[in-house]
Amino acid sequence: MMHADIMSLSPDLDAFLRPTPEGARIDLAVEGIRCAGCMATIEREMLGLSGVTSVRVNLADKRLSVTFGPGKSDPAGVVRHLATLGFRAWPFSPHLVGEAISAEGRRLMRALGVAGFAAMNIMLLSVAVWSGHETGLDATTRDMFHWISALIALPTAAYSGRPFFDSAIRALRARRVNMDVPITLGICLALGMSVVEVLRHGEHAYFDGAVMLIFFLLIGRVLEHLMQRRTRAVAANLAALRAERATKRLPDGTWREVPIDMVEPGDIVLVKAGERISADGMVETGISDLDQSLVTGETAHRAVKAGEMVHAGTLNLSGALTLRVLRPHDSTLLADIERLLARASEVRGAYVRLADRAARLYPPLVHSVALLAFLGWMLAGLGWHDALVIAITVLIITCPCALGLAIPAVQVVAAGALFRRGVLIHGGDALERLAETDCAVLDKTGTLTLPAAEIANLADIAPAALALAARLALTSRHPLAAAIAAYAGKGDPFPNAREIPGQGVAACQAGKVLQLGSPVFCDAQDEAAELVTIWPEASIVAFRAGNERVLFAIRQPYREDASDTVARLEALGLPVELLSGDRSGVVAAAAARTGIREWRGDILPGGKVQRLESLKAAGRKPLMIGDGLNDAPALAAAHASMAPASAVHLAQTQADFLLLGGRLGAAVDAIATARKARRLMLQNLWFSVLYNLVAVPIAVFGHATPLVAALAMSGSSVIVTLNALRAARIEGNSA
Amino acid sequence: MNVLVFLIPLALGLGLLGLAAFWWSLGARQYEDLDGAAWRVLMDDAGADPPQPDTEAGTS
Repeated sequence: MMHADIMSLSPDLDAFLRPTPEGARIDLAVEGIRCAGCMATIEREMLGLSGVTSVRVNLADKRLSVTFGPGKSDPAGVVRHLATLGFRAWPFSPHLVGEAISAEGRRLMRALGVAGFAAMNIMLLSVAVWSGHETGLDATTRDMFHWISALIALPTAAYSGRPFFDSAIRALRARRVNMDVPITLGICLALGMSVVEVLRHGEHAYFDGAVMLIFFLLIGRVLEHLMQRRTRAVAANLAALRAERATKRLPDGTWREVPIDMVEPGDIVLVKAGERISADGMVETGISDLDQSLVTGETAHRAVKAGEMVHAGTLNLSGALTLRVLRPHDSTLLADIERLLARASEVRGAYVRLADRAARLYPPLVHSVALLAFLGWMLAGLGWHDALVIAITVLIITCPCALGLAIPAVQVVAAGALFRRGVLIHGGDALERLAETDCAVLDKTGTLTLPAAEIANLADIAPAALALAARLALTSRHPLAAAIAAYAGKGDPFPNAREIPGQGVAACQAGKVLQLGSPVFCDAQDEAAELVTIWPEASIVAFRAGNERVLFAIRQPYREDASDTVARLEALGLPVELLSGDRSGVVAAAAARTGIREWRGDILPGGKVQRLESLKAAGRKPLMIGDGLNDAPALAAAHASMAPASAVHLAQTQADFLLLGGRLGAAVDAIATARKARRLMLQNLWFSVLYNLVAVPIAVFGHATPLVAALAMSGSSVIVTLNALRAARIEGNSA
Repeated sequence: MNVLVFLIPLALGLGLLGLAAFWWSLGARQYEDLDGAAWRVLMDDAGADPPQPDTEAGTS
């Protein structure tokens, strides 16, 4: 069913072809690439297609890029052939999301390469100078070594230090202080003082310290970037998978699939059964019923006919509709929700990251210590030059090497560990916020329950009737029919079956009329009313063969680990609350079923945000888990948020964490990892404090030679990185 | 100590050579798919060359 839907929605692939010198190229996000075997198969098979000149699979990002010879491009053929191999593929525009990121990544890597080269060569010269202090290196050779070091270090700092300098300048312009400000100051002072020392034929130069600092800190930046890149790659693949398109009537009367932003007010669009409505509009022709659960959370369906208003984001269930678009894409109900979102996420933007909080304390402390050292030595009768050298040494040795590496290293290691468990993280501060959450708010539809429906009263239904109903259901495109069609086995659809929009499917077999559809359609309202009392959370589908009537109660099954997850969340100290836009009776049943004590039903999207804000006003830090459009503002307003991978795109972009597998329990793993990561970050910060408590007195009393500085700085970096590696181990129940 | 006149430029030159190789490998997009590269080395048939950098994107 799902598969057929996607295929019938096949987009205009030629729009995604990009010209290259040799022909044309298309990039596809491919689902199902898991191993090297898949990679080899796809590349071999695609090269066999006519017109294809080169094929490259990217195993890390699960993407495929195919180049066609001039005038021979057939992207649809490639997608079809991939489908026969068992891979689903979607066109993908890499310039939209990926290219800026990968260009930034290459810039960081180039800077890292330069810094590594410089650090190695300067260290080579420095070791010679240090041993020369013992063995009597003559002053001329020492000066030459210092000059060569300066020639390497100054251009390197100008090139490789740019990421830090730029960020420090941006922060200062915004009248903030971040970690890059003391880093920049430290690098500049170390280089400046060393140049002055070399001009004075001094014994000590700190070029090695400055360049090594840049090298270590760049490693932290590159790690952070790699984490972001992987997140974006997976998120962009998911976005390409459900890219929003609409079928629009062109002036010549033909229908064509276009991207959603090409639809304007006044256009006529076609929405087939099973498709999502792309824009707010008025129904022109057709009757159908709509599933509005993604927009409002309500699971009861709404019947529509010509002349009624429909909203973007709702799912068209039973009949084809043509709509006259009333509002442009950016003022649809969807866009209203997006605006609600923008406001909600501003609130969260006020969160101050752990690293930035440390950065606020750090510079005033360190700079006043350096100032005191300078004044103290001046008073003690040392010359101003020597006193200044000591003050600057204090700044160099306290330079936050460990701080700059301590937090990104933990984030990257924890993110990698969670990724292997099927949890994707948007942004590093998400871990810190998740670790602080102290209550959880869950959505019902699509979060506690699975997105696909099932038959609830299967035990009460005779197998013969089920088999007939299932064969009939194969003809319907109604999502509820899919739950029944799953039992068709090898049965074929009835050749004479036809779908009656808004009502159901009918067919003739051996002189008997078979009908499947709404209780009204099958004349079974009384039985349906009775069944609703037994299955309050289910939708009723009726089947009629002659005078025999069978009723199916169809509901969304709970995720296997729903109640288990609720129990584990409570065990972690997060009281769970259920907020749903669905009818109160249904929500109460769901809460009882999963063991949630506190619940609210009939809630509008704004109501969820209000509830979260009142929780926050009471000093709580709520975690929100939800998947619908109506959840998106709440996801943005919460202290931390998660969405299952089946969530609508908007909800995915707002959530801090994406649960990739079908398992809800991954949320609990994520909380455990986040708490552990936060503990390790704090440990690393405290280690840095300890390091400074030892290093500062050494520098203040004038014993910090370049050799001591190099040993202390690299030693502390290695220790915090090793400590960060412990975040890879996830404790607790691994279901 | 005169030997230093040769040795230091030699050491720096070799280092620069390594750096140039690293830059070239970055430009040739050899770091775009580290997972795939780990497996490709074990495959028998030489796969197609990596796609050329985009003219529109490779400039920044």
